[in-house]
Amino acid sequence: MSNELEFEYDAGSYVGRDRTPGEPSEEERPPLRQEVRGYLLGLALATLLTIASFWAVETHLIYRPGAAVALLVLAVAQMGIHLIFFLHITTDPDNANNVLALAFGVLIVCLVVFGSLWVMSHLNHGMLPMQQLMQMQS
Amino acid sequence: MSTSALRLGQDPSFGRAASAHGAASGHGPGGPAPKRIVVGYGFWIFLLSDVVMFSALFAAYAVLFKSTAGGPSARDLFDLRNTATETACLLASSFTCGMASLAVGQRSQKWTQIALLVTGLLGFVFLVLEFREFSGLVGRGAGPGRSAFLSSFFTLVGCHGAHVCAGLLWLGTMMAQFYAKGFRIDIRHRFLCFSLFWHALDIIWVAIFSLVYLVGTLPPELLP
Repeated sequence: MSNELEFEYDAGSYVGRDRTPGEPSEEERPPLRQEVRGYLLGLALATLLTIASFWAVETHLIYRPGAAVALLVLAVAQMGIHLIFFLHITTDPDNANNVLALAFGVLIVCLVVFGSLWVMSHLNHGMLPMQQLMQMQS
Repeated sequence: MSTSALRLGQDPSFGRAASAHGAASGHGPGGPAPKRIVVGYGFWIFLLSDVVMFSALFAAYAVLFKSTAGGPSARDLFDLRNTATETACLLASSFTCGMASLAVGQRSQKWTQIALLVTGLLGFVFLVLEFREFSGLVGRGAGPGRSAFLSSFFTLVGCHGAHVCAGLLWLGTMMAQFYAKGFRIDIRHRFLCFSLFWHALDIIWVAIFSLVYLVGTLPPELLP
């Protein structure tokens, strides 16, 4: 094949050279040793972040009221590690479709979770306290 | 246009011109992606929609977290040591699943079967630990019927457990297919989907152990 297609883009994808999530492309497999090293690095980083999460629950080195946020950040970081090292989602042009789909998924997840929390907390504010409500009913 | 340019799929410039104008030739450059890409991308979309479903369960749990109806709260119930073991099992099984996909790339029947077997055993240990935890909770009168908090907890974590259960069945059929049919292209496509599924389950578990178990057991005055 000619190399002319190599720099061609169409609607964000690398035409004819898209990559599927999960695996490096079959034709251009890097050496096995290098791939194993990638998985080992992912495993090590994920283990480190997991230990950090369990440690963050107990430790007083983190500003205590910030512990919940620290756990959220550690979780997002670990999900990123899994995506990069296990699912092989990268920012390469051949991965653009996968990343765009992922970005859309993340958008919906954020809308659902934070939207629900926001709406429900406003509803709770708008409600009478439960005891008052019970008195009105009786 | 010269006649040589009309030989579709032979002249790269033809496909490029066609795709640039939105009239792809249907094969060759600018044509549809290979089946492997289509299968993987389609399954990726399915996984993302699965994640969106989980996000609704997460939202329900977050909203109902304090609705304990006078019953036990997360802090009274969760055993973090059990959660840590479950996390280790799933993380290790995600790694061995990656090793299995490398073994498939090397066309090694022996290592594929070994890696998949270890993956399955770790997944099974996870399920046993989760089942023990659930039955312990129900035994202490903290079943899904006790409070809205516990209903949402059992739905969220149970839904993940059900996915792992389905993943184990799928894993068993993958081992059998590799054994009986070898590394045929369609079987490798199925395995690609399975490995995506298994890694995605681990990502969801990361959210569960961090946001349900760890944040849940923080002292109440530290929670937003």
